[in-house]
Amino acid sequence: MTAADDRTPPPHADRARRAVEAVWRIESPRLIAGLTRLVHDIGVAEELAQDALVAALEQWPRDGVPRNPGAWLMTTAKRRGIDLIRRNETFARKLQLLGHELETAQGAAAFDAPGDAAADDGGIGDDLLRLVFVACHPVLSREARVALTLRLLGGLTTDEVARAFLVAEPTVAQRIVRAKRTLAKEKVPFEVPRGAELAQRLASVLEVVYLIFNEGYSATAGDDWMRPGLCEDALRLARVLQGLMPAEPEVHGLAALLEVQASRSAARTRGGAPVMLLDQDRRRWDQLLIHRGFAALARADAAARARGAAPGPYALQAAIAACHAQAVRAEDTDWPRIAGLYRALAGTAPSPVVELNRAVAVGMAEGPAAGLVLADALAAGGALEGYHLLPSVRGDLLARLGRTAEARDEFVRAAGLTRNGAERTLLLRRAADLGAAS
Amino acid sequence: MRYMMLLRLDPAKAPSDGPSEQLMTEMGVLLEEMTKAGVLLDTGGLRPVGSGAVIRQSGGKQTVLDGPFTEAKEVIGGYAMLQAKSLDEAVQWASRFLAVHGDEWEIETEIRQVEEPA
Repeated sequence: MTAADDRTPPPHADRARRAVEAVWRIESPRLIAGLTRLVHDIGVAEELAQDALVAALEQWPRDGVPRNPGAWLMTTAKRRGIDLIRRNETFARKLQLLGHELETAQGAAAFDAPGDAAADDGGIGDDLLRLVFVACHPVLSREARVALTLRLLGGLTTDEVARAFLVAEPTVAQRIVRAKRTLAKEKVPFEVPRGAELAQRLASVLEVVYLIFNEGYSATAGDDWMRPGLCEDALRLARVLQGLMPAEPEVHGLAALLEVQASRSAARTRGGAPVMLLDQDRRRWDQLLIHRGFAALARADAAARARGAAPGPYALQAAIAACHAQAVRAEDTDWPRIAGLYRALAGTAPSPVVELNRAVAVGMAEGPAAGLVLADALAAGGALEGYHLLPSVRGDLLARLGRTAEARDEFVRAAGLTRNGAERTLLLRRAADLGAAS
Repeated sequence: MRYMMLLRLDPAKAPSDGPSEQLMTEMGVLLEEMTKAGVLLDTGGLRPVGSGAVIRQSGGKQTVLDGPFTEAKEVIGGYAMLQAKSLDEAVQWASRFLAVHGDEWEIETEIRQVEEPA
């Protein structure tokens, strides 16, 4: 440790450092996006952006935070880029090797272009959108897409990404380095896909955001059942996407789904144990998020209508979540409507889990016998073999039909399949409540 | 985290003809940027205190007071609800919010974290 490290920075220096970090969080996605358009390489763009960050950390504590910090960072990063290109022919060659025609003169000219600031402002949204599609490109693994998206678009540090997913920082750093290398090797262009490719690539983008949310909403690892920080990151990304792609119905559908699901965060646990939807204290649902969810759902519907398209899977799931949000008490739930929405969802995005949820909704709307028909068909199909919620749902329907012994067997079976301790306790209690085995 | 940003100003010191065209334009740009960044959850400017009311409860007794409230020097002129990663980030956005007001405005903003049940 050097003597300099021992010195406590004066309070104003500390404030300036924190201001730099906050500005970084706000500006880094646009900064990296704008730089990537110039250098055609996310890795190089990020290095230049980091150089600008270092310069800010040196200068702002001394000179104060500039009035337009984003423009300052961009100008500084570009200057570094010009220096790099002029000084380092290897770098210029490297850029050429990447298959782009950014020769020294041209490269410097691109950085220097007059009226650049104005052009940047006009193109910023486009650049950000390009960055979204590159970070979520299907040539990357899901883990890599998630890490890159949080880092480049969420403004998280590698360390923050690592902590959010409970993995070691070098693992995430490696993942990001490899992802950037893959993007360069595969010559993934810095552009927004068009036509038929767009739908498929958009699905990948939405999936990444949904994965991030779900990891926060029901953590697959660790002691906490939820990691609200990740939910907030995902929600923010979804809102950013709404701004970038206002005409895409499913972008609003995803945002609506996340807003409404996030509104239940506080009510989903009691003393660390999960609380099922129908047992939640609805007064603890976040009304601001619910209203934002409804607004996003309305935009999803309007965008779909403008295209003459039927609601997509995210919008349908959001509509189901909105049905629950509208019911002041669990018994007020509009089950026939939910059953209908699940039927529509099964039509556009069929899956055994959707079918199981439909069985629950039909069981509530039309009675347990109708629900059991669907659940039995699923059990016979075998697609949900080993999934604890199938016997749990069947147990519930059988119990309501008075078929007590069968219901008890199903709850015991479900308890044996779940990996969540709190859930197992709950299922065994339900079995015990049905009386001793005869 | 969620933050409430309360804008406070002394109406006596505010420009008499209200916000300028330039302020409205720049504010529009900033608010759009904040919305697109996923930060701005809600915002609004408040109409002059004279058009509002105050209800006071004391000793179990309520009194409704209509404006204008001449005794109030500093009033809340507007609010914004933000979603930010940290207080520092909220401060950054709030600083930009104040900056678009220009030199003729004497305003301050208080930023408070909103209680969210854990």
